[in-house]
Amino acid sequence: MTDPQQGHETGSASDAGKIEIRLENLAKRFPGVSEPAVDDLTMEIPKGEIVILVGPSGCGKTTTMKMINRIIEPTSGRIVLDGEDVTKVNPDQLRRRIGYVIQQIGLFPHQTIADNIATVPRLLGWSKERTSERVDELLEMVSMDPGRYRKRYPKELSGGQRQRVGVARAMSADPDVMLMDEPFGAIDPITRDRLQNEFLRLQEQIKKTIIFVTHDIDEAIKMGDRIAILREQSHIAQFDTPERILVNPADDFVADFIGRGASLKRLSLSRVRDVELHDWPTTQEGASPEEIRRLLDGSDKSAVLVLDEQRRPLRWVNAEHLSRSGNGRGLDDVGLPAEAVVQPNATLSDTLNEMITARYSTAIVVDSSNAYQGIVDIDTINETVRSMRRAERGRLRGDDAADTDFDDEDD
Amino acid sequence: MDDGWFSSFVTYLEFSYEDLIQLAIEHALIVVISVFIATVIGVGLGVATYRTDRPRELVLAVTGTFLTIPSLALFTLLIQVPLLGLGAPSVVVALVMYGLLPIVRNTIVGLREVDPAIVESAQGMGMGRAARLWRIELPLAWPVVLTGVRVATLLLIGIAAIGAYINGPGLGEPIFGASIGSAAALNDVLSGTLGVIVLAILFDLVYVAVFKLTIPKGIR
Repeated sequence: MTDPQQGHETGSASDAGKIEIRLENLAKRFPGVSEPAVDDLTMEIPKGEIVILVGPSGCGKTTTMKMINRIIEPTSGRIVLDGEDVTKVNPDQLRRRIGYVIQQIGLFPHQTIADNIATVPRLLGWSKERTSERVDELLEMVSMDPGRYRKRYPKELSGGQRQRVGVARAMSADPDVMLMDEPFGAIDPITRDRLQNEFLRLQEQIKKTIIFVTHDIDEAIKMGDRIAILREQSHIAQFDTPERILVNPADDFVADFIGRGASLKRLSLSRVRDVELHDWPTTQEGASPEEIRRLLDGSDKSAVLVLDEQRRPLRWVNAEHLSRSGNGRGLDDVGLPAEAVVQPNATLSDTLNEMITARYSTAIVVDSSNAYQGIVDIDTINETVRSMRRAERGRLRGDDAADTDFDDEDD
Repeated sequence: MDDGWFSSFVTYLEFSYEDLIQLAIEHALIVVISVFIATVIGVGLGVATYRTDRPRELVLAVTGTFLTIPSLALFTLLIQVPLLGLGAPSVVVALVMYGLLPIVRNTIVGLREVDPAIVESAQGMGMGRAARLWRIELPLAWPVVLTGVRVATLLLIGIAAIGAYINGPGLGEPIFGASIGSAAALNDVLSGTLGVIVLAILFDLVYVAVFKLTIPKGIR
């Protein structure tokens, strides 16, 4: 895949709905333990999707994942990768085809970043030039300057940078499948959020098939195209899209696991660009008080939003401000700064968060050049939650072609 | 002790320093050979047993027992062994036996201290058992292994002097050769002992350089 963009487009057209990995009756018994760790698991993982294995600790999710690259050998059952039974092939050869990222990252501390990333290409016998080019390409892909970081050692990097190198190393030989075991688990919340977003953006281009293990349901909802909620011994409680799991938990176990606030969680699945924006009276900077008064009189809102020449939000001005601006004082000095500004790609849950603290209970929506687009208020969010629920319920009732619908939902 | 004794020692050194240097070189040589053999055997035993409980305990117990045998007794026992007899071969065998414990122990500790997550990520990328050992585990355990080799070296420099008791080479010769009560006895013993100390310091300086040169920058 020399041009990832190209590869993605042709790939997604022909691969839609294809099964990349099939686990058939997979089981693992550890010696000396009466209960199996994983008991008769069968599941299909579609190509190009992020499938999350989530469940309480000890449910067997990590064991399940490690059986796919046979770090843990299954006791019985089959693993079929891209149509090929890999249950008995040489495990080292198999692992070179599957990217692997663990929570501790496990970078080799005695090797430079470049050497770390070059691990699999070297095992595969790539030429020096090809390996070196690939290292640079990958470092750029994870937003690290090759010139600056190639020769550094892991201990010289921050936690977030190490995590990026871990992802780059796992992708070095361009595997179709990646296994990620709590890859963002050991990182502070702010960096984690940024890395998750970066990773989702990257995945849009590379469209890998990813098995992602976490115990954090919020991370599962954010990252997953599909989520498998597992109970003990890797029994699947529910395997579905995040939307459907949130709207229609299969049983009490799933409902408990999602926890309270399922509606709130659902808000992180929709973005501002998906909802209809409302209008708000606006005016240009330098407008006269009379003009603003006229706008206020003609609207049910109690304030006017003042924009600058590039239509960027500046201030809120209400009637009280106008009266104070008499006596020759310009409008430039009055009003309240326009806060709670969001872009179309913000999630509704972030937007709601902004809104709660904002004046007039609204969030101002701007485009990528910060020009005013409209506003989102609490009614918009309320309506969105209800319509999502209606849509999901309707789909669950009268749905005969479930698979085709996944693509619409998956954004 | 007065100035008379000191000037006598200086005069002694002036006459015999060439012999002493010769003995020091022999001493160093027998230590280097023994440490080398002990390292090969010790690291090998460590690598072979660090992941299994029973063999690991057995190896540590046996090499630990070697170290408790009084050196004079061991030398005396070894000269009875056919093909060894009096002289250097017996001394080398004894020194190797004494040098094993610190090297085996540190190899095992070093390998077991390697972060399992690092080994697992190597395995997950398709590195086989041998590659993991050579390219990941041993380099990461190396600082600890090397410390064991360094301790063994210092230990053997001291014990090698006693090898002169069974006609071994080195700085033990003037010590054991001194006829007690003779005028030169003090000078003989003193020169041998000081020689051993100077040799130990020189070896330690070499190790500082070896540490610098062989430990990868990322784990220093």
